[in-house]
Amino acid sequence: MNKTWLIIKREYWTRVKKKSFLITTILLPVLVACLIALVTYLAAKSEQKQLIVIQDESGFFINKLDTTDESYKTIYILPNVNESKKDFLTRKDADILVHIFPFKNNQPDSVIIYKEGGVSLSAKSFISRELDNIYQIKQMQDAGINKIQIDSINKSEIAIKSYDLENNKETSSEIAMAMGYGMGFLMYIIIFIYGAGVMRGVMEEKTNRIAEVIISSVKPFQLMMGKIFGIGLVGLTQFIIWLSLMGFMFLISQIVSPEIREAMHSPIIQNPEMQEQALQQVNGEFAPIIQTILHQNWGLIIGAFLFYFLGGYFIYAAMFAAVGSLVNEDPQEAQQLTLPVSMPIIFGIIILQATIKDPNSPLAIFGSLFPLTSPIVMLGRIPYGVPTWQIITSMLLLIGGFILMTWISAKIYRTGILMYGKKPSWKEVIKWIRSS
Amino acid sequence: MLKLNHLVKTYATQKAVDDISFSVKKGCIFGLLGPNGAGKSSLLRMVTGITLPDRGEIIFNNEPFLLTKHSEQIGYMPEERGLYKKMKIGEQALYLAQLKGLSKSEAQAKINFWFNRLDMQSWVNKKVEDLSKGMSQKLQFVLTVVHDPKLLILDEPFSGLDPLNSEIIKKELFELAKNGSTIIFSTHRMEQVEEICEEIVLINKGKSILQGDVKSIKEQFKLNHFKLEINDELKGFDNHIISKKGNEYILHFNNHQDANAVLNYCIHQQIKIISFQEVLPSLNEIFINQVEGSAARQFTNN
Repeated sequence: MNKTWLIIKREYWTRVKKKSFLITTILLPVLVACLIALVTYLAAKSEQKQLIVIQDESGFFINKLDTTDESYKTIYILPNVNESKKDFLTRKDADILVHIFPFKNNQPDSVIIYKEGGVSLSAKSFISRELDNIYQIKQMQDAGINKIQIDSINKSEIAIKSYDLENNKETSSEIAMAMGYGMGFLMYIIIFIYGAGVMRGVMEEKTNRIAEVIISSVKPFQLMMGKIFGIGLVGLTQFIIWLSLMGFMFLISQIVSPEIREAMHSPIIQNPEMQEQALQQVNGEFAPIIQTILHQNWGLIIGAFLFYFLGGYFIYAAMFAAVGSLVNEDPQEAQQLTLPVSMPIIFGIIILQATIKDPNSPLAIFGSLFPLTSPIVMLGRIPYGVPTWQIITSMLLLIGGFILMTWISAKIYRTGILMYGKKPSWKEVIKWIRSS
Repeated sequence: MLKLNHLVKTYATQKAVDDISFSVKKGCIFGLLGPNGAGKSSLLRMVTGITLPDRGEIIFNNEPFLLTKHSEQIGYMPEERGLYKKMKIGEQALYLAQLKGLSKSEAQAKINFWFNRLDMQSWVNKKVEDLSKGMSQKLQFVLTVVHDPKLLILDEPFSGLDPLNSEIIKKELFELAKNGSTIIFSTHRMEQVEEICEEIVLINKGKSILQGDVKSIKEQFKLNHFKLEINDELKGFDNHIISKKGNEYILHFNNHQDANAVLNYCIHQQIKIISFQEVLPSLNEIFINQVEGSAARQFTNN
């Protein structure tokens, strides 16, 4: 045990002291934050309204399109302007030209949309929605439904709230989905990054031939476990640093948030009415979301995340260690040999996609119990609420799976780490596992 | 000190070690010889406890050898040198010494001793990747002996070393043996064996084909050749002459009378005898003689 501890310490300190650790730990969150800021900035910038020029030969749609839309504004030109397409091309401020042909037999005929470089899907759907809407209102009026009735039809929207049966709390499925997906995906990345780290470490020891020196001092199992624990601790350290950075950034953003909000809504500020509306919209949309986030069982989520982080890491790290011990110097071999290990991880992410759509489907339940996929899938289910027996079963299976995988991996590792030359076949590897 | 009884190790395609037995006395420098692929490294790996024999047993100090129990008394330098390239040498030495069961302060003291002794103090904060091949050999040697092992197992310790460093390591080996360490090393460089080893075992294709102390092996394989150097031509002994280079003759005698007759002749002819000595076969010749003709190891299909 004492020697395993020495190995853990070495694995931990050599990694934590590296410059690359410092860089990824500190710089990565900064980079991500910058990226998010950049995307937000670009999105805000592109929010300039696009101008749609409508040439309506039917005369039916004039001045009827929605003027309050956030992305588009419309102007109308006379239908008989000659060579309007050419004129349009010379206009710098206009973006889209909509040409509406005259009605045939009192029915709309066809509409053509022109835009330099092709029409975007959102522009097309905006125009189609608006035109359909206007024409539907006309049809309803023709059918004898009066204006008030039409308005009430258009405005009617049944409010749907979702409640969890177990604790009778309101849930937001969008937030649960986002959180579930986020955590599952994070798990997937963690397994790959740190699992591959273990594999590289084992490969390094094997190709440097230091494994032989160390194994004349300690058992191969001690070396393998020392490496797995050491790198796991590195991951945990990195994670804790990231969490504290996130908390820190959250605090800062709280302090400076009024300025941020002002800056973001500066064009609206000139118009007090619009500002009012915008603020209301923000509050109206986000208040329930914030509430659902606050209503989540954070104790369970953080606890489960830590458990599945460790469990998922350990089960895969053992497998990656075994793979690393099989590799000779050829990196291509590593790629081939990693395949059987990456397959279940990829299955996990596929099941996760299905899970966030339907968290209680048989596939999702299977995925959240099966130890090779449960670290990814179960995290995707937890924000929706999972029956306690399933969580406990899944955790027990994960622990059992970890023990079994470590046992198998240790056998492969023990032989593989000292084998040089030819890449062993899977048949041979199975023989190693069987031999006591 | 160390006794191997009928060791067998089979790998997937071949018998690497096939029923080898020998014993090594305390304080002895023991050479393990054999052509490439004879099974030397496989044998040494079993003696270090890295791999277990399929059959047979290893007795260490009168008890069955166990890695967990005896690893601290063994120092092993594998054929392919292995060190962490990116780790500082001082830290690495400390780590490996502690893995051999030394406490941190003991380890530091031993490292200081050896680094001073071999003039390596300035290396402590360097990394292994900064060292030349010969330097890292030297470092590897120090790391193998740093915990004062009772049994030292060196796989090709001199390969890649320049004569100067070779000499240093050789001196240290003699010193260690004098202080009671037992040393087993494998090599295929015969001149070193002759210089260093007291006893050898020659293995080929996993089998021991020759073992014993160096002197008696040479006696056993001697061809009764003598070298005579004189300042004139030797006439009338053509049936004894094997080769001639200037006035230096290699002669063959079946008995000492024949030899004396030649010397008598020289004395009577007033020929000046510069030297006369028996030529024992070099281990190299014995080695080639023994190994030659046996075809290289073939793979057996399983």
